Amino acid sequence: MDKSPVNRKILSIAIGSALLLALPVLAGIAGESYLVTLFSRILIYALAAVSLDLILGFGGMVSLGHAAFFGIGAYVVGILSFHGFEGTPIIAWPFALGGHQSGLVLWPAAVLLAGAAAAVIGALSLRTSGIHFIMITLAFSQMLYYFFVSLEAYGGDDGISLFSRNTFPGIDLGNDTQFYYLCLAALAAFLFLSYRLVHSRFGMVIRGCKENERRMKSLGFSTFRYRLVCFIIAAAGAGLAGALIANQTEYVSPGLMHWTRSGEILVMVLLGGMGTLFGPVLGAITLLLLEEFLSIYTEHWMVYLGPFLVLMVLFAKRGIYGLIAGGNNNHG
Amino acid sequence: MLLFIEQLLNGLQLGIMLFLMSAGLTLVFGIMQVINLAHGSFYMIGAYVGATVTARTGSFILGILTALPAAALAGMAVEVLVLRRLYKKEHLDQVLATFGLIMFFNELTQIIWGRQPLYMDVPRWLSGSIELIPGIPYPSYRIAVICVGIMVGVLLYLLFTHTRIGMQIRAGASNREMAGALGVNIRLLYTLVFGLGTLLAGLAGVMAGPILAVEAGMGENILIFTFVVIVIGGIGSIRGALAGALLVGMVDTLGRAFLPTLFRLFLSAAYADGVAASLASMSVYILMAGVLVYRPRGLLPAHG
Amino acid sequence: MGESLLSVKSLVKRFGAVQASNNFSLEVAQGELHALIGPNGAGKTTALNQLCGELMPDAGRVFFDGRQITRMPVYRRAQMGLARSYQITSVFEHLTVRENLSLAVQAHKGHSFRFWKKAVDDPVIRRAVLQAMARVGLEKRANMQAANLSHGEKRQMEVGMALAGHPKMLLMDEPYAGMGPGGAVELTKLIRKLKTEFTILLVEHDMSAVFSLADRITVLVYGQTIATGTPQEIRANPEVRQAYLGDEVNG
Repeated sequence: MDKSPVNRKILSIAIGSALLLALPVLAGIAGESYLVTLFSRILIYALAAVSLDLILGFGGMVSLGHAAFFGIGAYVVGILSFHGFEGTPIIAWPFALGGHQSGLVLWPAAVLLAGAAAAVIGALSLRTSGIHFIMITLAFSQMLYYFFVSLEAYGGDDGISLFSRNTFPGIDLGNDTQFYYLCLAALAAFLFLSYRLVHSRFGMVIRGCKENERRMKSLGFSTFRYRLVCFIIAAAGAGLAGALIANQTEYVSPGLMHWTRSGEILVMVLLGGMGTLFGPVLGAITLLLLEEFLSIYTEHWMVYLGPFLVLMVLFAKRGIYGLIAGGNNNHG
Repeated sequence: MLLFIEQLLNGLQLGIMLFLMSAGLTLVFGIMQVINLAHGSFYMIGAYVGATVTARTGSFILGILTALPAAALAGMAVEVLVLRRLYKKEHLDQVLATFGLIMFFNELTQIIWGRQPLYMDVPRWLSGSIELIPGIPYPSYRIAVICVGIMVGVLLYLLFTHTRIGMQIRAGASNREMAGALGVNIRLLYTLVFGLGTLLAGLAGVMAGPILAVEAGMGENILIFTFVVIVIGGIGSIRGALAGALLVGMVDTLGRAFLPTLFRLFLSAAYADGVAASLASMSVYILMAGVLVYRPRGLLPAHG
Repeated sequence: MGESLLSVKSLVKRFGAVQASNNFSLEVAQGELHALIGPNGAGKTTALNQLCGELMPDAGRVFFDGRQITRMPVYRRAQMGLARSYQITSVFEHLTVRENLSLAVQAHKGHSFRFWKKAVDDPVIRRAVLQAMARVGLEKRANMQAANLSHGEKRQMEVGMALAGHPKMLLMDEPYAGMGPGGAVELTKLIRKLKTEFTILLVEHDMSAVFSLADRITVLVYGQTIATGTPQEIRANPEVRQAYLGDEVNG
């Protein structure tokens, strides 16, 4: 069997990882410390994109509402931190629930709530498929967007600022370099978990559902249940990314869950190569770097990105990762 | 009571706008099986062209008369250049490509017209109000919008049931290959259907101009409601689009107007307004969720 | 004669003005190979779809293994042991033969909400997959992508998938469709072997296969059963001959 695609894949991942690990050092040498914050952001979006790839690239579910879970994760951190700082309870009745500043409490909460929201939205949406599913996920995420806009207490359209990043034992999240490595660790951990997931029994079922759902049912699988669980897991990942973005920017706003944000994350997955797990990381890096550097030349860089995206869809569907790693990229 | 009638009419007017938007979109979904996220862009094009021409010439009619062909031509150009290649592709591809189109159009309008929103005035000959029901004045402009919408609905009905081209469209919808074999020029037909859809969107846009602000991104806001309308009404069904549009228009308008009052009955004013505002903004989606549970294919789905 | 494993009582199914199933009834005994034949448009596929759950009848009832399954979803019937192979081969094109069979096996070896261990390393699954491959003679193709198999091999694999869960009954939807003479011979050999282990309902057009394999035959015309019996009885039945009008009804 031709080993070279596998070797190219491993090599490119190794090089990429090494570069990412060394980034703060490289940035220091170059004297461009803003690169650390830029790449923290990129890593966080990469996490969101990988989580979307689980349901999109492996599960075949085209969701235009993934940013909703991203936003929920961010708001959990935002609201609880806000109350934690102010010292006010979120609700006083039927039981007192105070705020918090610790990442150890907030981030699992973000993940859990994002997952819970996905359980509800997924249960309703996954009864449909195709165009219906796309539009319904879109509509639900917009519902959440408008809901958060209507929350005057939490800034409405303007959102809320965090007074400082969360606390985390042993690490000073306020230090940009330490925060960067935390994000890198989170992404690496999620990638590893996703890799195991995709090759596990569960992963095989999900991939089967994408490929031929009718066959899966006639084999005896309750495809709805498996898809729902996958949807929830992906949302949990997005929730974690949301918690991190809230810390990175020290600000949360409803814009984080606007459907155009879902679209951006979708673009990252496609750009990098869907169904590959590492592709979305590449996609996030590419898209965000493009944004950063193109905007130096022209504030209207989107007028070029738009048609570029159209061309990509029509002619280069496998994405960048597909081009680099070559071969059959169906096994993550 | 007066307030109720007024809000009812507002709901009707919003419903009509949504109908114009969703009629075209549901046709495209149902006939060409393509999901087109960029539909809102044609609404925007209609609004921008209409606003510009009206400002330059002082004539609202001229504004409409240029906005419609602009939206239709832009639509047909997009169909020929991009959409045509997407018909056989997966929905994901269609989503991404049309998302790219949104980016393009939004940015293009900002390049041409700048970032500041444009404002359209209600034309003077429509700026008064009429007492439809004695004692209840209602803005003439909004009444005009409602009338136009009804006219369009009737015209569409006649088009589809009484003309050859309408029949061809319906044939093309049920069986593309057969219709093609029978001599119907499917490619041209699809382009025309798409153009019709974008023309309707452009009409909605130019009529919305005096009511809302004309700015980049305006299309996306109404697009969401349009999708909800189509999901509720049933994909591919114009009757469904009408039913869904009126339902959504009413629920949203009446919800926003009356939920605060309703909640004030048993909550303190501060809480009531907050909860009501949140619920009002979600009401349409809750409606959609409800419809989905009982009728996953929509209220009036198109026949097979 | 064994008791009925599958019992179909007066299924009715209408599509607008078309009556696809008109009080269709059928009994399949345990251990037999029962063929369902009928001229084109008789409603065989509609009937089959109602049996496996992809279509819900307007009226009538279906019993399988003693339980009523009329409105049960597809996957539950499969879990109960009612397996199906499709007329147009329906497999996982991008997965290898081994992976295809793995999935089929997985469906019947406990739930699949296991997120950590690699499925391909699971010894329980591996063993069953090897058995399944051997049963249909595809060991040599284990690592080939399904899309690259020949038409006949894909068919075999699909049958292998249907059997991976040791079903109580196998519904076969026109497996001979599009098969060349060589493939047909192989397929007949395979089905003959399967006959000894499984109860089979064979929906088919190919008369020579039907008459050489079937224990009993039911004839379906315009959605209605017009005759049931052994191959000899059916061959001699005047109504059947009339229904086929000139079609060759010899073994």
